[in-house]
Order: sequence, then C-alpha cells, then structure tokens
Amino acid sequence: MNKIKCECGHINPEGTVLCEACGKPIEGNQHIDGNEGKKLLNMRYDGTARRSQTYNKSVVDKIWSFFSSVKVGVWLIVIALVASMIGTIFPQEIYIPADAVSRDPAIFYEDRYGVLGLIYYQLGFHNLYSSWWYMILIALIGISLVICSLDRFVPLYKALKRQKAQRHETFLNRQRLYSESSDVADQDIETVKENLKKQRYKIREENGHILAEKGRFSRWGPYVNHIGLIIILLAAIFRTTPLMHTEEYVWVREGQQIALPGTKGEYYIENKEFIMETHDENDERFAQAIQQEGVVPSNFQTDIVIYQATNASIPGAEPELEPILEESIQMNKPAKFDGYTLYQSGYQVNEFTNMTFKVHETDDPDETSLGSFTINLMNPESTYELDSGFRVEIGQYYPDYILDNGVPTSETNFPRNPAFVLMVYPPESDSPEVSFLGIGKNIDATGENEYKIGIEDFELHDVSGLTLRVDYTLPFFILGSAIFMIGVIQGMYWQHRRIWIHPKAGGILLAAHTNKNWFGIKKEIEKSIENTSITMVEDQQELDE
Amino acid sequence: MDLLNLSSTMLYTAFILYLVATLFFGATIRQDKSERRKKTKSGTIGITITIIGFIAQLIYLITRWIASGHAPVSNMFEFMTFLGMSMVLAFIILYFYYKLSFLGLFALPIAMIIIAYASMFPTEISPLVPSLQSHWLYIHVTTVALGQGILFISFAAGIMYLIRQIDQTSLNKGSVWLEIVMYVMILFIGFIVITTTFNIMDYHAEFEYSEGGTVITTDYHLPAIAGPHEGTLLTEGVMKPWFDTPTWMQGADAGRKFNTVIWSFITGTILYGLVRLIIRKRVGAKLQPLLKNVKPDLLDEIMYRSVAIGFPVFTLGGLIFAAIWAQIAWGRFWGWDPKEVWALVTWFFYAAFLHLRLSRGWHGEKSAWLAVGGFAIIMFNLIVVNLVLAGLHSYA
Repeated sequence: MNKIKCECGHINPEGTVLCEACGKPIEGNQHIDGNEGKKLLNMRYDGTARRSQTYNKSVVDKIWSFFSSVKVGVWLIVIALVASMIGTIFPQEIYIPADAVSRDPAIFYEDRYGVLGLIYYQLGFHNLYSSWWYMILIALIGISLVICSLDRFVPLYKALKRQKAQRHETFLNRQRLYSESSDVADQDIETVKENLKKQRYKIREENGHILAEKGRFSRWGPYVNHIGLIIILLAAIFRTTPLMHTEEYVWVREGQQIALPGTKGEYYIENKEFIMETHDENDERFAQAIQQEGVVPSNFQTDIVIYQATNASIPGAEPELEPILEESIQMNKPAKFDGYTLYQSGYQVNEFTNMTFKVHETDDPDETSLGSFTINLMNPESTYELDSGFRVEIGQYYPDYILDNGVPTSETNFPRNPAFVLMVYPPESDSPEVSFLGIGKNIDATGENEYKIGIEDFELHDVSGLTLRVDYTLPFFILGSAIFMIGVIQGMYWQHRRIWIHPKAGGILLAAHTNKNWFGIKKEIEKSIENTSITMVEDQQELDE
Repeated sequence: MDLLNLSSTMLYTAFILYLVATLFFGATIRQDKSERRKKTKSGTIGITITIIGFIAQLIYLITRWIASGHAPVSNMFEFMTFLGMSMVLAFIILYFYYKLSFLGLFALPIAMIIIAYASMFPTEISPLVPSLQSHWLYIHVTTVALGQGILFISFAAGIMYLIRQIDQTSLNKGSVWLEIVMYVMILFIGFIVITTTFNIMDYHAEFEYSEGGTVITTDYHLPAIAGPHEGTLLTEGVMKPWFDTPTWMQGADAGRKFNTVIWSFITGTILYGLVRLIIRKRVGAKLQPLLKNVKPDLLDEIMYRSVAIGFPVFTLGGLIFAAIWAQIAWGRFWGWDPKEVWALVTWFFYAAFLHLRLSRGWHGEKSAWLAVGGFAIIMFNLIVVNLVLAGLHSYA
C-alpha cells in the first residue's frame, strides 16, 4: 500500500483524490474523479480512496470495479425495467383468463395473439418473472447493491470522521458555492457563527478556521436503504423454500369436514356455510351504477370451524378432533391459527348435492311414481334397487356435462351440471331400457321405452375455495421494507451541508457544499451573513455541455 | 341527492378557481426582472385562489365520501380527480418553498387537464366489491396519488426546463421531441373536447357483438368510426362504422375504447393544427420567451427535489402499502399483476433517475427528459394498463 502524505501532515490511503483532512487535491490522482481541467472538485464521495478506483489488477479487482460502478447498476436497473415491461404485453401464464379456449399456454398464446403470441410463448415470456434469467438479473442487482455500498460507505465514513475544520485554500475555491471577503471584523464572524448555530449547524473551530456542518447522517441514507433492499432480496430467496412458505388451495363444500392439505393431518376444516351477498339495487346511492353495470357483489364469506386432531401423530388412528377456531372468513378478513392463514379465494354456488328420481310409465299422464331413488352426486352408487322391484344402473355419470364436438363429456369433476345415462331394469327383466337425463334434458334413447325417469327433487350446496398459507418470510419483508423506508427518507429528506470559513489576510474565504438542495443552503448562508460585511457566495456551477 | 350535488358543484368550483389562478400566475410574467423570486401581488393572489380551489376540492372529496360511505378513490373518475388534487397540493407545497409563480402557469393547467379527463369517465357512485372493502383502499390509494402528484411536479419543472433551454432556432431532436410532448398533451384536450361535445348532444349508438360465445351490447357515446368486431348496429339513424376493430384488440369493450382513441387523435390533431396555424411556430418555440426570466438551475433543482421527495412517498404507497393490502385481501403480497409490474417499472425508473444524478452530465436537459419519461410511465400505468392490459385493477 502506498500511503500518501499530504502537506498538512495527514497520511492518506492509496488512491485518495482529496486529502481526507484538509481537502487539498492530491497530485496525480485527479483523473480518478474527473477533476482534471475542471474548475470545481467532484465532491460526490469527498474524494476518498475507493477500492474500485484504486486497484484494477486481479480478477477480483475487476469484478469489484465492475459491480461497484453506478453506470453498471443503472444499466442493470434499466434492463430489469424493460424486461418487466415485456412481461405485461400479454398476460402471464397464471393470468390466462378463464374464458380462454385453452388454459394450456402452448395453445392459448397462439390462439389469441397469433404469431406474436406464439413467439412470446416460445421465448418463455409467459413465465417471465420466474425465469432463470430474470432471477439472475435481480441477483446481479443485489450483488451490485452490496459492492457499490461497501466500496463507498467505508472510505466516506472514514473521511468524514477525519476531516478537519482547517481546509486547504484550493479546496475552498474549487467548491460550487464560494466567495472572498476582505476586511471582515471578528464581530461579523461571531455573528455568522451564532446564526449558523441557530440553524442547527455544529460548529468546529481550528486556528480560526471554521467548519459548520449539519445532517451528516443523511449521507448514510443510501447505504441504509440498500441494506433494506438486500434483506428483501434475501427474504425472496428464502420464500422459494417450502420450509418458509407453503400454499395450498382447497375446495370445501358446505357441511363438509376435511383435513386441511399441507398440515400433515393435524388440522381439519368444516364449512358451515358459504354466503354471497350483493349490493342492494334499491340503495339510492348506488342505484344508477348498478343499473348500468349490473349486480355488484358486496360480500363473499365462509363460516368455518377449524379442528385440531389431538392424536395426529399416531398413524392409522381415527382422528379425535377438537374445535379450536370458529370464524367467518371474508375478503380482507382472513382467519389465522397457529402460523397458518386461511383466505377466502373462490366460490362455486349451487352445486348439486343429491338428486331424487322417480320411475313412471311413459304414457301415464299423471306420472304416478313406481318407486324413487336418490343419487348422492359426490359419491354415486352403481346400482339402485327399488322397493317396487325396479333396478336402476348408472351407465354413465357426467358431473359437469357439456357437449364437446357432439361428444358428451364432463368439463370438471364437480357436480355443477350433472347428467346421467341410466339403465332401467323393469321387475324381473334382464334387458334394460336406456335413458339420458340431465338438467332440462330427458331423452329416450330408442323412443320405445315403457318407463320414464323424472327428477323429483334435488338439493344444492355452495363450495368455498380457500387458500391456506404459511409464510414465515413476512417479518423479513416487513423489516426490509421498514429499513428501506428509513434509509430512503434519511437520505432524501435531509441534506448533508457544510460551510467552511477560512481566514486569509484580514478577510475570509467562504465556501459551502451540500449533497442536494443547493437552493436551501444558499438561503441559509444568506440568512447567516445578514448584516455583516461578508460577501454572499456565488454559484460557480458549470452546467456540463 | 343534495350532498352529491354539492359535491359536484364543489369540484366544478375548484376547476374554475384553478383556471382563474392560472391566469394570475400568467400575469407574473410581466413583472420586472429585479422582482423575481420576491413575492408579487399577482403571484400571491394566484396561490391564494389555488388554495381556495384546493379547499373546494377537499369539500368535494369529503361530501362524496359521506354520500357514498367509502373513500372516493375507487374508480377511474374518482382516482384521476384525486390525482389532480394531489398535484395541486404538491404544487402548493413546493410553491411555498421555491416561490416560483411560473410553476403554477404550467402545473395547474396540466392538473386541470387531468381533472377534466377524469370527468369523462362514469361519475356515478359505484358500490365496492368485496376485495376493495378495506381501510387500505384509502391508505394505499391516497399515498400513491400523493407520491405521483409530487413526481408530477418534476414533470412540470422538466417541461419548463426543456421549453426554456431547447434550441428552437432549428428542427433538431430536442425541439421535435418537445413538440411531440406538446402534441400529446393537446391529444388529451382533444379527448376532453370531443367527449364533452357528444355528451352534450347526448349521442348514443348501441352495438351487439359476440365475445367468447356470449352476446354483449355496448353503447357508443361517439359516432362509430371503428365498430366492434363483427358487431351489429342496433340504433337507427346514426352513423354506420367505417371499419371493424381488429380482432387482436382484446378486453372488455375494445371496440368502443379504440373508437374513442381514434376520435381523440382526430380532434387533438385538428386542435394542434389550428394552434399551429394561429401561432405560426412550434408550440415550444411560442412558449419559450415566457420563460426567459426563469433560472434553469432553479428548474433543475425543483425537478430533482420533487423526485427526491416523491420517490419515498410513491414507494410507500405504490409498493409497500400495496403489498400489505394485497397480502390481506388476496393472501399474496406480490403477484406480478400488470398494475403491480408497472408500479415496479415506475419505481425502477425513478431509482435509475436518482442514481444517474450522481454522475456528471446527467443534470439539466437529460434529467428533464427523464422527468418527462417518468411521468409518461405513470400515465401509462393509469390509462393503458387500466383500460387495455386489464388486470386486477381494471376499474374503468
């Protein structure tokens, strides 16, 4: 390490641009901060020796220099910005709308958006935010954050600690705000000091040289907010592990009690009732809007009971359930128990619970029942024996019947639109009559059936879709965000201001620096030198280009 | 309902007051150079009227809140109006700091365009769907709007900087781009003019078209240049569409929205043409002499300052509060919904802006262009993402 000794006696580390103590530009290092040929000194990091600007030999040095560059950081941000934009051109895979021809991305994108959609899908943009390259991009930003911060924070901290009130003359006259005054009375200097103190400046004096400083802590703002961001990024990495974050989606019918998936059989849920309410269209406040836009729901709610199995650890044992929580889950009002959070996420109204059918003679105008049977739609039996001797077999069962290109099929496994092919065996007969039955459909396959089946009764239920979530990373995200906000406010809403007074031949040199808000510091100086013979500082800023 | 009437009257009053205030700020142009930055009579009157206007708009907000029972920030009209209000608030705050009357001459008219633009959307009070029923509605939305309002001041200062500094003696990259920005602002005025005109005429044309197997009727309030794709016109005695909206334009009412865009372009372009015909110069060139007394470095300072102040507010409202609410309502604090992504894009953009300010050569004109770009992203997120990219936030 080649330490540099300044004429003021201070020993600076290699690569220093402005002496840490007196601020005198160090010869031979001025190119580092681009001070050559400029009137003003680059005060961004107070001319400290930054590792990235000093060493550039080994691979480590090169990597360090690369990531510590603000330019590289900004480029990474810009690339992430553009990539994020691209991801919104077409919906991401998870947002493929329910009315799409197919939710298979291989079909959906081309079908809806043509060639562009196909390209979008083939480039993997339909899952952009979880793609490896997007992750790498964010990780690179994270690395850049760490290295940038370390590269600057450490030397800046030291330099601001070591700075002296007595500064070299060149340091002062190469500041943006500068003035020279001759014949300044001591009384005037005292007045200025008093005024600066009133504006909460801390005053340091060495041999008549004065440094007035305030808001130094705002210089640490950027580093604090970067720490917050790093915590957020780490939390995001942790969140990808099942240890820290799990998510299950579960459909529960009204009246049903099932084990909650992902809880290893420890917790059970019972759906007592699903409630969907709508805004009252007679409410005169909303009447006009409802008339135009149609019915607006006002509440989705599931009344649940959570049970804990007291003997869940014993394999094969019948669970003994103890209710631990009874609650109404609504949107914006999830239920919480033992680290789990349960959200109202979906619903299906009017699913069929069971249907009761009766058999009657086809040409009986009164449709007198010859016996009836009830099919449990969640769990239908294959054969129903009627007291009157009839036997009904279920040939086909379509819980959610649709015609797909003329072929009957079931869209889902949920009994939303049940339909059956039923084989009716009259008493003491082995040859069945075939009927097709659905909602609003009753088709006689041959047209020669002697007996007909009719729907007598049915029961409906609603189904709640609930999301069960465990997320232990939330406190880290909260901590990270809080630190970020503190840092960003610290850095943005306060400024680091310094004013130097340098006595020279009966007069003084006055210079000032702030890291932002020059307008504000000028106002403060103006106020401080009021009624004194000191000349107001002049702004020597050279607007580049 | 009386309260609601009072509410609309107050909004209207605020709008008129902003207009009057702008005129007073305009009058400050004539002041002597030596008086600059000192309090001037017309500047003081201007800011007083602005504050009265702001109070009127505050009354609009409160009365509408009482009338509807929820914070009036839940649909496009309400949010845009609130955004306009936050812009005015941000202007008032910065005015007291910098005492720059000219800022009002630019900031207020743009805020007025935003408020007028808002009124083109349905203004009825709409009930809240379950996911919006939360205190976070107004915590999140008001903070976002305030952040965007402050960032808007950087846009206003940036535009002023560009008008002041760009070389208007020739056609160059700078003067052309500045003119494009002016033209875009006139397009918004075009939209307001044409929508208002046909609203007054009470124009209606109903179409029927099918989408995903269901038949939908849509009501055009402007004569249909572009009809819905394979739609049938139901209303008689109105203009028949010249062509169908292309199929790749998806989403609710794509045809009607596309038609509105066409009309805005036509009207805006005619307006711009008329303006050019009258002033016989580029709009930027015409405005340039107005600003010759403003110091460019003060504009640069205001531009940077408002980003520095607005960025933390925007982060808090647009990302952190948004994430907290999303966690409570949907169980996930981040879901890569287009609106969320564009909030992140905005955040990235201003983060880049703040980092670029660290380098030499990025002050002044380049910063001004960035301030314009940042605001363009905010408007994109408000308008295009809501109306076209439709995600969880599409409430218009």
